[in-house]
Amino acid sequence: MATNPLALAPTPSEASVDYVKLDHVSLVYGQDGTLALQDVGMSIARGEFAAVVGPSGCGKSTLLKLVSGLVPPTEGSVAASGHVVKGPLKTVGMAFQNATLLPWRTTLQNVMLPLEVVEPHRRRLRRERQSYEEKARALLATVGLKGFEKKYPWQLSGGMQQRASLCRALIHEPELLMLDEPFGALDAFTREELWCVLADLRQQREITVMLVTHDLREAVFLADTVFVMSKRPGRILLRREIGLARPRGLEICYHEPFMEYVHELREHIVHVRES
Amino acid sequence: MKGRNLLEKLSPLLLTLGLFLGWELTCRLFKIAPYILPSPSASIAAGVKYAGPIYLHAKQTLMTTMAGFALAVVFGLLLGAALGSSRAVYRATYPLLIGFNSIPKAALVPILVIWFGIGTVPAILLAFLISFFPIVVNVATGLATVEPEIEDVLRSLGAHKLDILLKVGFPRSMPFFFASLKVAVTLAFVGSVISETVAANEGVGFLMMSASSRFDVPLVFAGLLVVGAMGIAMYQLFASIEHRFTHWAHRGRNAST
Repeated sequence: MATNPLALAPTPSEASVDYVKLDHVSLVYGQDGTLALQDVGMSIARGEFAAVVGPSGCGKSTLLKLVSGLVPPTEGSVAASGHVVKGPLKTVGMAFQNATLLPWRTTLQNVMLPLEVVEPHRRRLRRERQSYEEKARALLATVGLKGFEKKYPWQLSGGMQQRASLCRALIHEPELLMLDEPFGALDAFTREELWCVLADLRQQREITVMLVTHDLREAVFLADTVFVMSKRPGRILLRREIGLARPRGLEICYHEPFMEYVHELREHIVHVRES
Repeated sequence: MKGRNLLEKLSPLLLTLGLFLGWELTCRLFKIAPYILPSPSASIAAGVKYAGPIYLHAKQTLMTTMAGFALAVVFGLLLGAALGSSRAVYRATYPLLIGFNSIPKAALVPILVIWFGIGTVPAILLAFLISFFPIVVNVATGLATVEPEIEDVLRSLGAHKLDILLKVGFPRSMPFFFASLKVAVTLAFVGSVISETVAANEGVGFLMMSASSRFDVPLVFAGLLVVGAMGIAMYQLFASIEHRFTHWAHRGRNAST
């Protein structure tokens, strides 16, 4: 059969695989009408780990806010889980560069915060506090925070705070995890340690991840797909699949295929910055 | 180290004693007439002599002050919450608040007297009017400075505005709130005593007014000392309450790991 491959429409099952889909999305910010994003199109499959890299101020963080429904697009459409995003999604886990733990709560209480907000946990929490607490403790243990449940955030190091912040983003078992430079403020060793923690956490559950970062090595190490954004107004310039086998150990960072990916992405970014 | 700690603990007491000593010596050395500036010993003697009436008047002042202060706390929390959680309310209300706070509150006493007569009611109201402002400002500041990231975290979980207010806004503004209580309670004393001085038949303010009309200046000073002492006591009370409820905001040298 001599069919033109370009004419093939995606089958319905293939189309529904897109968990997050942005279609010609533009966003104008504020009263002076700054164009933050321009004609952005991207799709992320269910269970995919997507990283977004780009020069600072290109609207990477805005992209996360759009997808989680915190900001409506000026033009175009945003869909998640097959539905058009109209308001804040209720099943998103979020973590930022700043751990934003609440200083009046212990680590355990901080991690359990989403359970006090998200249904159906919110209704059940009072009756089943015991089992929920067990779950939170177990999650803290998997990121190496066993024994720190009763500590307050300011008694933890930066890396520990970020681990707790990851737990808070995951405790309610969200379908979508949004990470906005979560390791940006950490030292290099702690950062690499947390890459592994995150990779492990993700290995254990069916979850779609969007990671915004300016660290290309981080993007390549963690992601299945890397999107490169232009400087403001942000557009998607490149979608690169990272074909490294999983699980990935830190040693791959020093080998050829990994380096090649990083160099390729780096060239694009340099090009973007100079343009 | 231990001696130093002790010195630091006792320093307020030592400074107060030193001040009184200097005052006493000044009065004696320069032979200042007691109806101009009575010495502390004379003031305290007057206080002891009139301990019964002073106690009754002080009780009245404490009652009006705390009643006015309680009103200020309730009103201040409500208005502060409104101002802190809505930009529109903030914009609309703030100029009025500033304007009102610029009015010398003593000037309001005659109006309050026309409306409510003399006595307890204007004293309570003046204590309230003079002390609610810092509470409003501090609660509003605490709420308005909630980090946008934590708000995003909660909103993306489907939290309502009320959830965010209860889980983050209010706990976060508690240190601001308690700090303002310490200031507000001392201001409340100013309000009630001013009102009593002008328009009342009881209270420390009234006592001082009637004593000064008899040129019993030591008794006036005794009254001032009593008001000051009550102010310090209330300040201490709210400082210890503050410490109990917002220990997380006061991680001092000894608290961190």
